[in-house]
Amino acid sequence: MNPLRRGFLKSAGSFGAIAVAIGAGLLKPGELLAATWNKVAFTATNVADAMKEATYGGAAESKDILIKVPEIAENGAVVPVEVTSKIPGTTNIAIFVDQNQNPMIADFEFSNGAEPFISTRIKMNKTSQVRIAVKAGGKSYTQSKEVKVTIGGCGG
Amino acid sequence: MSMNRREFLQLLAAASAAGLALNSRSALSAESGGSFYDLPAFGNVSLLHFTDCHAQLQPIYFREPNVNIGLGASRNVAPHLVGEQLLKSFAIRPGSREAHAFTYLDFEQAARTYGKVGGFAHLATLVKKIRASRPGSLLLDGGDTWQGSATALWTKGQDMVDACKLLGVDVMTGHWEFTLGAERVQQIVDNDFKGKLDFVAQNIKTNDFGDPVFQPYVIRQINGISVAIIGQAFPYTPIANPRHMVPDWSFGIQDDNMQLVVSEARAKGAQVVVVLSHNGMDVDLKMASRVSGIDAIMGGHTHDGVPVPSVVKNSGGQTLVSNAGSNGKFLGVLDFDVKGGKVAAFKYKLLPVFSNLIEPDAEMAALIQKARAPYADKLTEKLAVSEGTLYRRGNFNGTFDQLILDALMEVKGADAAFSPGFRWGTSLLPGEAITMEHVMDQTAITYPQTTLTTMTGTTIKDIMEDVCDNLFNPDPYKQQGGDMVRVGGISYTCDLRQGMGRRINNMMLNGRALDPNKKYKVAGWAPVAEGASGEPIWDVVSGYLRDKKVITPRKLNLPKLIGVAGNDGIA
Repeated sequence: MNPLRRGFLKSAGSFGAIAVAIGAGLLKPGELLAATWNKVAFTATNVADAMKEATYGGAAESKDILIKVPEIAENGAVVPVEVTSKIPGTTNIAIFVDQNQNPMIADFEFSNGAEPFISTRIKMNKTSQVRIAVKAGGKSYTQSKEVKVTIGGCGG
Repeated sequence: MSMNRREFLQLLAAASAAGLALNSRSALSAESGGSFYDLPAFGNVSLLHFTDCHAQLQPIYFREPNVNIGLGASRNVAPHLVGEQLLKSFAIRPGSREAHAFTYLDFEQAARTYGKVGGFAHLATLVKKIRASRPGSLLLDGGDTWQGSATALWTKGQDMVDACKLLGVDVMTGHWEFTLGAERVQQIVDNDFKGKLDFVAQNIKTNDFGDPVFQPYVIRQINGISVAIIGQAFPYTPIANPRHMVPDWSFGIQDDNMQLVVSEARAKGAQVVVVLSHNGMDVDLKMASRVSGIDAIMGGHTHDGVPVPSVVKNSGGQTLVSNAGSNGKFLGVLDFDVKGGKVAAFKYKLLPVFSNLIEPDAEMAALIQKARAPYADKLTEKLAVSEGTLYRRGNFNGTFDQLILDALMEVKGADAAFSPGFRWGTSLLPGEAITMEHVMDQTAITYPQTTLTTMTGTTIKDIMEDVCDNLFNPDPYKQQGGDMVRVGGISYTCDLRQGMGRRINNMMLNGRALDPNKKYKVAGWAPVAEGASGEPIWDVVSGYLRDKKVITPRKLNLPKLIGVAGNDGIA
């Protein structure tokens, strides 16, 4: 437990904290926004189209993509997702949710040998496969895990 | 777990031959109080375990289920055995005291013969007797201890906290405890329990940084042997119960972290590693197959009273999985013989607590009386007389739930009603007066509001499908451990061969098919969303009872089940 760290962030507020990070040169807004917005992929309404448009079409199944997600989401609006790619030369990790209205969630780029690990929160409409796609050495790989989204109540 | 019953029995026979297990025969033939509880000491590390007592300080009746269905790998194996199938599997003589403890068979007759079960003053005497022959033993509380009675609700769990300290609980984990709110739980852990009782949970972290909220485990010395007790709180607390009561905490099963914690405890010198779990038994069995290095998972949540632990093979060897029932009805005793730094042999016995066979402990009896005194008039108010047996436990409905549904529909003027599939709640025999205490035994929660909601037929079906999947999803890790939502006013079929969204069919209301687009008035209670208002359920039910005065035997609204032929989880 690190109450100091939590206290700092609470007082700074989330926007404040990000502003501090940008001010300290930890994040460069220009870099975040420079990547081209792939509108066709992000607005596709089924996962096959979204993956194809995001250039992950025909991805091969890989056990070297490790996905950490809850079996049942505590809150569909903020589902924690952690991905580690053990595929050498990983340059991209993308997240798709089959049952979301727009399945494509994000595409992360890794450069200069950055460790291919991401930890984020995603929004899920209902129970679905969370599908991860990885690009390495110009080839595409994929792996998925189901996350259940339930209305809750009635337990115990 | 894919062990079938024959393999299980063979394994038991082998275990008995090797001097490992059971000794159930001698207990069965003994009908007098003295010898019934004579449990010869064994080995050098003993753990006593009770779970899911649901704040029942006084002796009660509790009817075990006649419907506890297991599907897929859970089909026809413990804990999904009821009635005669359970007796056969565990070689328990029909009609015996133990048969009454573990099954619903001849419930009324047997309950009158053998009397009430549980009660903390009786449990205290039994704990003292067992501990006297097992120096250094630990007493473990699996949780669902601070909720389930009027006095626990009205004292914010204080009566149970005091009783558990006096009982000598050493380590506990939790579930319903959290419905008192995060702040109250931490207040108890940091003050009442400080230096006396360890609250452990490896799977509760803060939402923001993933920091542990409680200590994940504790290492205690028993007769010079290091024993680690790891806590596993109910993984789906923020889903099954209101999220807003624990807004900053994240739960989950967390196998990976469990493996790390087991390894850490072993590295620190633990020769015995036990998980005190509130997973529910099906989740425990799956966890035992995936995580290695655990000697035993002592579990609760699903209220399964299982006479003999299941033995699960995994990459590190084997793990025992025991579950110790509910409502203070049982005390589990696990004896390990630890030799050369590891467990060499074990014995396990799940002792039913028969109040008539045990002299109540005077000190505990005085504490209970003191806790109840301020509320005595309210608790003992007789509301009505029940002509039939009232109970809750069972996958689809219970007579007390039917009574709650009937009350909700009549008082609220609803077309239909939902009542949560809780597994706690005591039982009443025919002819007994229903007191306010009995009503609270079924309803005492911190979110008791009743609701009247307009729903389309489609919404009603969606809710029923969702809850049904939480019970019958083929993957135990996607189950929540409650029973099916109790449904009033709507008949339906439930096809257990099907998957999510296709199980609930042929829904009828007043003899007409439910219209997917038509709107219906549906009454309910226990809303998990924040900000609900509405008369508490106990006021609705008690008002109904005072009005009726005599409660005729309830006609259970049960679905027609499809796909249960040959299933030993239904009688």
